[in-house]
Amino acid sequence: MMIIVFFALAVICTGSVLGMIISRNQGTSALLLVLAFASLGGLFGLLGAGFLAVVQVIIYAGAIMVLFIFVIMMINLREGIVPEKRTWTIVLSCAMALVILGEIVFAARGVAPEAPPALAGVSPTELGRLLFTKYLYPFEITSVLILAALVGAIVLVKKREP
Amino acid sequence: MTVPASYFFILSIVLFVLGIVAFFVKRDLISQFMAVEVMLNSANLAFLALAKAAAFADAQAVVFFIITVAAAEASIGLAIVLVIFRRKKSIRTADLDSMKG
Amino acid sequence: MTDLFWLIPFPPALSALVLILFGRVLSKRWVTIQACGAVLVSFGLSLLSFGGLLGASAEGLPLIKTLFPWIRAGAFRADFAFQFDPLSAVMVLVVTGVGFLIHVYSVGYMSHDKGTTRFFSYMNLFMFAMLILVLASNMVLMFVGWEGVGLCSYLLIGFWFEKKSAADAGKKAFIVNRIGDAGFLLGLLFLLTVVGTSDFTAISGAVQSGAIGAGLATLIAILLFIGATGKSAQIPLYIWLPDAMEGPTPVSALIHAATMVTAGVYMVARLNPLFSLSVPAGNVVAIIGAATAVFAATMALTQNDIKRVLAYSTISQLGYMFLGCGVGAYAAGIFHLATHAFFKSLLFLSAGSVIHALSGEQDMRKMGGLKKYLPRTYKPFLVGAIAISGVPFLSGFFSKDAILTSAFAQGRYILWGLGLAGAIMTAFYMFRLIFLTFHGEERLTPEAKLHLHESPKVMTVPLAILAVFSVIAGYVGLPAIFGERADLFRRFLEPVIKPAGEGHLSLGTEGLLILASVAAAFLGIVIAYWFYLRNPRVPQTLAARFPGVYKLLTNKYFVDEAVGAVIIRPLLRGSELVYTGFDLKVIDGALNGSAAAAGFFGKVLSVFQTGFVKDYAVAFLLGVAVILGVLLF
Repeated sequence: MMIIVFFALAVICTGSVLGMIISRNQGTSALLLVLAFASLGGLFGLLGAGFLAVVQVIIYAGAIMVLFIFVIMMINLREGIVPEKRTWTIVLSCAMALVILGEIVFAARGVAPEAPPALAGVSPTELGRLLFTKYLYPFEITSVLILAALVGAIVLVKKREP
Repeated sequence: MTVPASYFFILSIVLFVLGIVAFFVKRDLISQFMAVEVMLNSANLAFLALAKAAAFADAQAVVFFIITVAAAEASIGLAIVLVIFRRKKSIRTADLDSMKG
Repeated sequence: MTDLFWLIPFPPALSALVLILFGRVLSKRWVTIQACGAVLVSFGLSLLSFGGLLGASAEGLPLIKTLFPWIRAGAFRADFAFQFDPLSAVMVLVVTGVGFLIHVYSVGYMSHDKGTTRFFSYMNLFMFAMLILVLASNMVLMFVGWEGVGLCSYLLIGFWFEKKSAADAGKKAFIVNRIGDAGFLLGLLFLLTVVGTSDFTAISGAVQSGAIGAGLATLIAILLFIGATGKSAQIPLYIWLPDAMEGPTPVSALIHAATMVTAGVYMVARLNPLFSLSVPAGNVVAIIGAATAVFAATMALTQNDIKRVLAYSTISQLGYMFLGCGVGAYAAGIFHLATHAFFKSLLFLSAGSVIHALSGEQDMRKMGGLKKYLPRTYKPFLVGAIAISGVPFLSGFFSKDAILTSAFAQGRYILWGLGLAGAIMTAFYMFRLIFLTFHGEERLTPEAKLHLHESPKVMTVPLAILAVFSVIAGYVGLPAIFGERADLFRRFLEPVIKPAGEGHLSLGTEGLLILASVAAAFLGIVIAYWFYLRNPRVPQTLAARFPGVYKLLTNKYFVDEAVGAVIIRPLLRGSELVYTGFDLKVIDGALNGSAAAAGFFGKVLSVFQTGFVKDYAVAFLLGVAVILGVLLF
């Protein structure tokens, strides 16, 4: 039963990412990406990380992608994108990507799939305990980081006084 | 029957590679940025699969941090894109070569 | 009183420092007072130290005062230490006494010069270096003084450096000295291998204990003597001294007559145990000394420049000193050093007085008949000439006789004969100088005659004092005819210079030798009289009859030209070739080449910096693929 859910979510995710690649319109790409992230959230939940699944949907799909869409709309590009003149980069990178894929799959081939352990998810309580004891410093520093990003973004975008 | 962790890993790798391809195919800054986000998320997926496979709860804390930092980074990055657009009136990467030489 | 001896070098040092740093703001009057006063203080200290030695026994000698530990390198030690004994006493008395008189004289001589402060600072510096040389208790410190006087010699010879010949002369002096110094250093190094330190007391001890084999001693002694030939202008390194006459006359008097050039003789005397150990080395010293004495005297015969005559005379007299040391009569050599200091500086200063009176004229062919115009210069000059010629009862007679007698007593008849021949020539050329300058017809140029004036007292008083010493200084070293105990000088030096196995002569032989020396002196004077006063045309006729010989002598045997062609020009050509062929092409080429290569690589690499992020990302990706491959497989 879970497998079906997994495959469904995986297909949606991969499909929307592919769509994002293909689409010429940034807005369409952004929306497809929202879909991808949402399905990813579902996959998180499948892995027993309920808290993180919700965080993913709210923050990533909800806040970050919306930010993207805001900016896309602000920039408001009308003209089409001129086709890339230097196609060799695309070819080369695709080749490299395939190489990397191949490397990893090849390396992982020999590993036998182990028996999956019990689906004991991590409750928010446990996660919270971890965050506030073992990973306290990163937690606090991250909050400062967010503050810095906030200030930085505002300063960057401020209009110069004419 | 629960899903084996290895399926998740494979999915993670596929998404990662797709992200790479997206980065190189796209010709404007914002789309490339979105490709980066895809790559980050594939990493998140891998971490969580690891947490389940090895019963290692710390990996979930890591994911938490990744999401937070990605958020901060996205905001700054988009602010920069806005400033570039204001200056150059274009976000095509083909136009951004002032670091040449 | 002797305990203060270590202070002797410091008044001039202090004065030099003050003059170098603050000379510009001091008045000329103060500069001269300070410079002369510093040397006077040193002289006073020397007298006190000497006095202290007179009563003392030989037990505590030499007195050694270590100022500070200087070089400590493993087992090798060389301390900044001074030593005092009779030999040091003689040297410092001569250096500071004559030095003081010359400083006073310079006040008058250099009064018109605009570089007086610089002059006196160099002179004081020289005194400091010379005193270090003489008081040093080990050879390394002595070498410091050795080099120091060489430096000051360079500075003072080229004092009027705007004149090219003066600058060249200074350079020549320094370079030729340096060649000698190579020998000195080699000898010092060999000495160190066998003795371990360069302290003089240690060296004497090593000689006595037989630690130095005769062969090694010969090698060391000869190498050190090469250094002495450079500093004391013997064959073959004498060529710098005639050129050094470009410097002011007081410099010639102080450095190139009385003090610096005697450093070589002092060194040989100081190391007399070592030199006595090796018979071949002694022979080398004596033969070169005698040869130089005669060789230089022949060149003095035909010189027309008054200072050049005195320069060759100095070289010749130094040869006598080495002759004395070479045959083992070190005391006689030092004795001649002292008397020579008096009469040679007297001669130079008097010559300077003449030059000053004639507003710079140095050519004797343009002098003559100056006796009646410059009486206060003429009288001391005459005294000096008589002294150097070896006329009895003056100092030169006693010291030169001591050397010649010792040579004869050792059975070295040829050397004695050479010395005697040199004595005849010495008398001849000195009186030739006197007659040409002060007697006979006046050949002055009109302008010179116009400004002719006697020198001021500050110049003539030192002359008088030196004249007095030139007369009486000989009486401390009377020959054996007057009894064994009459040679006070030699007895004074006994703690330092052990009497060698000099042969003893019967009183009769000694009397004959003295007569021979006297006869030689008078012969020279008479010939000079005949040539230049009675028959002034004889010299010209002789020159016409033997043009080859005359040209050879006047041109100093073409030695300088030979050195220039054989040594200097090939060296210059060689270094030019090396410069163009190697320096420019290889070294500069490598340097410029590497710079060009760096630039080239930079240009090649900058092709990758396109400015496009995507290109950079491709490189990134490539790297990731490679690293993954390496890590996984």
